[in-house]
Amino acid sequence: MNSVILQIASKYLRILFLMFAIIALLRGHNQPGGGFIGGLLAALYIVFNTLAFTSKQIKDRLKVSPEAYMGVGLLCVLLSFLPSVLSGAPLMQGVWVSYSISDFEVIKLGTPLLFDLGVFIAVMGVTLMFLFTLSTHK
Amino acid sequence: MILVLILYLLLAFALFLIPKKVSKYTPVFIALVQLLVFGLFLSFLPDIQNGKTISSLVEWMPRLGLNLEFTLDGLSMVSVLLITFIGFLVFIYANTYMSSYQGTTRFYFYLLLFSASMLGLVLSSNFIQMFIFWELTSILSFLLISFFNENEQARKAAFQSLFVTGLGGLCLLVAIILIGSIVGSYSLTDWIDKAELIKNDGKYLPILLLVLAGVFTKSAQFPFHFWLLGAMQAPTPVSAYLHSATMVKAGIFLLARLYPILGGTQEWINIITPVGAITMLIGAYLAITQIDIKQIFAYTTISALGILVVLFGISTELSIKAAFVFLFVHAFYKASLFMLAGYFVKLTGSRIINSYGGILRKNLLGLIIVAVALLSMAGIPPMFGFIGKELIYEAKFEAPWLSSLLLILGILTNVLMVAVSLLVLFKLYLGEAKFDLGVATKKYKLLLVSPGILAVLSLGLGLFPDTLSGIIEPALSYIYSGEAVIKLKLWHGFNTILLLSALTMLLGIFLFALTYKNKRLIKGWQRMNVRLFSINFNRSFSKGLSSFIKISAKNTHFIQHGYIRYYLTTIIVFSSLLLLFQLYITRGWEINTNFSLQPYYISGVVCIITFSSLISVFSKDGLFTITAMAVTGYGISLIYLYYSAVDLAITQIIVETLMVVMFVLVLRKLPRFIVVSSRATKIRDGIIALTFGLIMAMLALKALNVDIHPSIADFLVENSYTKAHGKNVVNVILVDFRALDTLGEVTVLVIAALGVFTLLNVKKVRK
Amino acid sequence: MEILLVALIGLLYAGGVYLILRRSLLKFIIGIIFLSNATNLLVFISAGIVHGKPAFVTGGDADPSSMADPLPQALVLTAIVIGFGIVIFTLALKSKFYSVTDKDDSDEIKETDI
Repeated sequence: MNSVILQIASKYLRILFLMFAIIALLRGHNQPGGGFIGGLLAALYIVFNTLAFTSKQIKDRLKVSPEAYMGVGLLCVLLSFLPSVLSGAPLMQGVWVSYSISDFEVIKLGTPLLFDLGVFIAVMGVTLMFLFTLSTHK
Repeated sequence: MILVLILYLLLAFALFLIPKKVSKYTPVFIALVQLLVFGLFLSFLPDIQNGKTISSLVEWMPRLGLNLEFTLDGLSMVSVLLITFIGFLVFIYANTYMSSYQGTTRFYFYLLLFSASMLGLVLSSNFIQMFIFWELTSILSFLLISFFNENEQARKAAFQSLFVTGLGGLCLLVAIILIGSIVGSYSLTDWIDKAELIKNDGKYLPILLLVLAGVFTKSAQFPFHFWLLGAMQAPTPVSAYLHSATMVKAGIFLLARLYPILGGTQEWINIITPVGAITMLIGAYLAITQIDIKQIFAYTTISALGILVVLFGISTELSIKAAFVFLFVHAFYKASLFMLAGYFVKLTGSRIINSYGGILRKNLLGLIIVAVALLSMAGIPPMFGFIGKELIYEAKFEAPWLSSLLLILGILTNVLMVAVSLLVLFKLYLGEAKFDLGVATKKYKLLLVSPGILAVLSLGLGLFPDTLSGIIEPALSYIYSGEAVIKLKLWHGFNTILLLSALTMLLGIFLFALTYKNKRLIKGWQRMNVRLFSINFNRSFSKGLSSFIKISAKNTHFIQHGYIRYYLTTIIVFSSLLLLFQLYITRGWEINTNFSLQPYYISGVVCIITFSSLISVFSKDGLFTITAMAVTGYGISLIYLYYSAVDLAITQIIVETLMVVMFVLVLRKLPRFIVVSSRATKIRDGIIALTFGLIMAMLALKALNVDIHPSIADFLVENSYTKAHGKNVVNVILVDFRALDTLGEVTVLVIAALGVFTLLNVKKVRK
Repeated sequence: MEILLVALIGLLYAGGVYLILRRSLLKFIIGIIFLSNATNLLVFISAGIVHGKPAFVTGGDADPSSMADPLPQALVLTAIVIGFGIVIFTLALKSKFYSVTDKDDSDEIKETDI
């Protein structure tokens, strides 16, 4: 499809979509959201773009291929197991680091976040792969 | 011992590295290695004679009772010596014999591997391990029979032998596992310790039958003997090595190996003896009318194997002793005869014995060797065969069961053997020489070396038989677990046995005189045999096999018909029945949920879902179907949302959206038409579907009332924040508690994506 | 309400089965979606359904009985995403099938052997 309205809209919606996706990812541990939802949301943005442009244009603009996303995603997932192994804990046990910004605000970073990030990227890659293959197949 | 096996293995693979120039000498080199190993094992003989056993054990999977266990005891000693010694001779022989063929490296590779697996077989004291070697010998036999693989008959024969021995091997495996389950181990020593336990077990008879299936197929007993005849398609060194001296004796070896464990019972005697007796008689009887020299020797081999089986069946100390002596006797003369057969084939280019007329007239050395081997087969003094035959008569004479019948059958067999030997001998010597053999005789002179050595042994051991008792005694003491003393003599003095021998010889000569030159009689005899044994085992085997294939193809076509919907119908109907059965046997539950339509908006959502799914099911338009399907999905996500599953609802909505987009992407290029089934089909499918839906609804209703206490959820909820620092329990489960599952799931997704990618990007192939 | 949902599950299963028995591959795929939705719902309701108490904890003092069971939710969440993957894979298969046979008829599947 080649719709001008959608094309212009997609430019402005991009930030919105990606922001949503990343927020969903980051808040997922405490509120609704998470890697799956975030990844699907991010993919949804690109799907939206394919409706506006042709999928070939999107593919060229994407710079990173879906395969790479999938690989990086899985790598992140696997890397998230590393800290627990290195610290001698059982495999896949969460390791957490917390920073206190002020007396009330504490930021906690842990391997589950990395894990979720991996899921995010992988799910996005998978969906993109689905999308591109199905749309370019003749 | 493991080192020896490894040496063989390395040597076998190293064969391929040998440069062409020196490859002429490889068989000689291998022969020397065999001789070396022979010497090595011989050096253990004094230890073995003193009642020691040498074992080595490498633990592999001790918990499953799978270890690499090797034991050199009296029994394996006998076999090892035979294998390496005959192996040595066969390689020497093959050096000349095989030189004119292509692919000899492959041949020696197989043959060497066969030596190794045969050694492994006899040295194993773990039965699972032994079984592996057992199967290896079958496979290598297959490869060696089909060595001339451009010959269809050879391929057929090879397949036949593999099929028959493989079938027996499977039976054997079952037997081994059964015994293993009784004893709780696969180790030989444990089995011997618990022999009484096995013999008194209720499963003893099936075990015995299964073991015997393995033995009889391997050792070509009636009615499995036909594969050995086909196996004569193999190059002659193979026939000499595998199909007369070693591999076919593996069954006999197994009988001996299992004798202390299973042997000596009434069932053992009653089953084994008749089978062996029939085999020995039929083998000898059919040998006499054959005209193909290798077939003659194959039949006499079958007969000899029958004799060995009978002797193990009789189960007296004397018979076992006779069996071991005859093992050597037969190995010596039969290997020699096969090698000689190969020699004649090389000389004349034919396997038909009638065309050989007088080829040994001017070949004195050949004549002597042939005569010695044949006379040993006939059991005429002073050959080693005579001693063997005397012992056999004696054993049968004193057999506790059916002794007179066995004796008569034995005499008949030997009469036939004598006649066959004389027939072959005279056909080779008398008659006009039809070929000018001067050059060929010279060329193949070296082929006489190995049979020559064996002939010397046959004669020498006939004169000084006691040399062998040192080797046989330890083997006997394995079987009777005590001291065994054997005195082998050529001259036993005048007694019944000698009388019987003389009678045999006379009758044999008479039979020979009757049949020699009397072509009519032979022809008539052949015709009678054809009619008498109208079951051609070979043909009925192939027929049985092809009809088996036909039946299975038919069945496969019946089950694998290629219609997805019928596969699915089968699966669904069957699982409906299973579920129904399960619901029936757990009936008697009550529904403690009241029916209500509150809250009404969810009822409304359910209504919409119902409506849209009905549209989706019955619509004839693709796009419409998909839209309706999406409405269903969104409706379900509303249900999730209402019932406290926020994450689920979000995921469902996004997935549904993505799915619709992808469908549209594909559907743009797909046809709009939908194949319309007939009305009857629709009704049938509708009934199946409704039944399944009803059953699943009942299941869901039941699931509602199942309450599991304490739920794992309690643990998850309690520890979600304290241990995993997350407030969203669902997400914490996904990324922390059950992270491995999620990893698996993401991997599956990635694989699916790659699958889609490869599926749609491979080059289009059309039929 | 549960009874109604149970009926819905039954309906979805019946529809799914009917669809996967069709010869059209498109209907077949829709049938798979039906079946996966039905199964998700089945797992979801089997732990009991609660309105308005999502499984979020506020701190250390979590009370499991006061909220919906999170476990089936997590299971179903992964099931939804996997189901998505399966459906797309089948879709790709159908696409390929169509490009080989030019038909949307599963009875032609024997023709795809090469």
